Amino acid sequence: MNFFEVIRFSLRGLSANKLRSALTMLGILIGVAAVILLVAVGNGSAKAISDRIEALGTNTITVMSTGRGGSSSTSLTKDMADALIDEEMAPDVKSVSPVVSSSATMTYEGTDHSVGTFVGTTPAWFTASTTPVGRGSAFTDDDVAQGRRVVVIGKTVAEELFPGVDPLDKQVTVGGALFTIVGVLEDKSSTGFDDANDRAVAPLTAVQQVLTGYGALTSIVVEAADPDKVDAVQGQVSTILNQKLDVDSSSTSTPYRIQNASSLLETQSETAATFTTLLGAVAAISLLVGGIGITNIMLVTVTERTREIGIRKALGAPRRVILTQFLIEASLLSVLGGALGVAAALIGSQFAIVGVKPVIVPSSIGYALGVSIAIGLFFGGLPAARAARLRPIDALRYE
Amino acid sequence: MSRPVLQVTDLKKIYGQGEATVHALRGVSLTVERGDYLAIMGSSGSGKSTLMNILGALDIPSSGQYLLDGVDVSRLSDGQLALARNRLIGFIFQAFNLIPRTSAVANVELPLAYAGVKPKERRRRAMAALEVVGLADRAGHEPNQLSGGQQQRVAVARALVTEPALLLADEPTGNLDSKSTDDVLQVFDDLSAAGRTIVIITHEREVGDRAKRLIRLVDGGIVTDTRQSPLHLPPVGAAPVAQGRAMVAGRHTR
Repeated sequence: MNFFEVIRFSLRGLSANKLRSALTMLGILIGVAAVILLVAVGNGSAKAISDRIEALGTNTITVMSTGRGGSSSTSLTKDMADALIDEEMAPDVKSVSPVVSSSATMTYEGTDHSVGTFVGTTPAWFTASTTPVGRGSAFTDDDVAQGRRVVVIGKTVAEELFPGVDPLDKQVTVGGALFTIVGVLEDKSSTGFDDANDRAVAPLTAVQQVLTGYGALTSIVVEAADPDKVDAVQGQVSTILNQKLDVDSSSTSTPYRIQNASSLLETQSETAATFTTLLGAVAAISLLVGGIGITNIMLVTVTERTREIGIRKALGAPRRVILTQFLIEASLLSVLGGALGVAAALIGSQFAIVGVKPVIVPSSIGYALGVSIAIGLFFGGLPAARAARLRPIDALRYE
Repeated sequence: MSRPVLQVTDLKKIYGQGEATVHALRGVSLTVERGDYLAIMGSSGSGKSTLMNILGALDIPSSGQYLLDGVDVSRLSDGQLALARNRLIGFIFQAFNLIPRTSAVANVELPLAYAGVKPKERRRRAMAALEVVGLADRAGHEPNQLSGGQQQRVAVARALVTEPALLLADEPTGNLDSKSTDDVLQVFDDLSAAGRTIVIITHEREVGDRAKRLIRLVDGGIVTDTRQSPLHLPPVGAAPVAQGRAMVAGRHTR
């Protein structure tokens, strides 16, 4: 009796009990798909968080003043921002954007909108803060130098003031002055409660002239040449600022604070790691539960057929042939069920689950598939081996 | 004279231990010649089923010798036992024991498949065996689409398809009505007339009467051993009307 014949026997055995075969495969399918999807959802939510943090700009640092009351000795000035562009002392700095910001009310043809953040800065800010201009264009260095009243508005502002109208080249009133809209920012995902799209960006000089006055800067955004150089840049910036602000090098407190997006990212990845561990544990438990399900159905399937094994033995089937037949049946069920489970998980991962876009972890496919197939084979093969060893009469009497 | 198909000497079978010991067989000795048609009768618990399972190599005796076609069965390995069950013995069960949800012809083919016969030859021989039991037109039916008598005849076809030296039937008519019983017994008569060696277990008088030789078993021992008709002649039940089918059986199986 050759191997091919045994395979035909197995296929006949499976098709003779279509419902049971289908249910067994369904059990394996659900086990495998659940594990893969669970890990994918966890991975997806971790990735979503890190994407949002990366959207803040990972290779920038933000210098903010901690001084209160605008005392001139501790506030950041345009002068300091200019000092940071220094080939000698700060070689890793790519760009420096001084920022002033305030809130302001924008008016267009009688419609008011209170803009969340009205930012005055230089063109470098757009790349440094990863806030690209979607339509129209950003303002230029020349605009900053001339103090031209041009403005780039966020999506929310555009929708509020210009419903169904192209906002480009329209003139709006801010703080009694006319600003011309030159561009609209690209849609940006919000990082917190603030709407990142509810903002307007204008040249630093124009905003200082119209809104904030020529006093202190709100912050300075410094862009590093490379994400790996962020820490170096942070050191260089603090050295220069300490010099400018006459801070004693031994002093522990500085009048400014440096916010580093990469340190935020680091905290986040630690959180994500914990999260992944947690999900891994959940996945392992579901794999265990799924495995017990597979064990159950395999044991039942084979035990139920002990009598059939007895008949086959009485007809002269050698133990090896019976064992091979049942092993092939078990592996076909496990492999097919597992493959369908992977397919189901891949299809399921195309849809957002409770607001999270799942991201498949390739190794989870291997683990889920491997464990289910191993369990299927073991618990399909073991009782079959036991039944095949029975004397035919005992197998026949088995109820 | 050729060597006997079956020869058992002082066969004993003991179940359980200590207080619960049951002596199912207390030293049975028996020789069955080629071409004989032997019926073993006995009441429930007389040990006839135990004897049958041992004769069919489905069970092993506690002691005693069992020669099947001159081969000592107790010395066979598991693989050789499988071979002996496949080639030398055709076993017919009271409960039919067809593989469920599998067509009649596939059931009959099964022993041939284990014997390594090629699919085409297998199909031909299985159909021939179904022809012998008069069920060639039901070849594609699954067991649950057949009546009890038909299922038992499929089982008979399955038992004789490998042309075994010995046909063993354990209460083949126990689950059948009288009409089906007649059908199945007619098949046995025809097979016997065609020269098959048959051992049949029964507790029904009319089944025992048709055999050439009758053994009565009481409490695990043989009490009577009667020859009812000569060894070399067709059995009494093989009526002339059945002669046609006997001829068919003879042509297909020998």
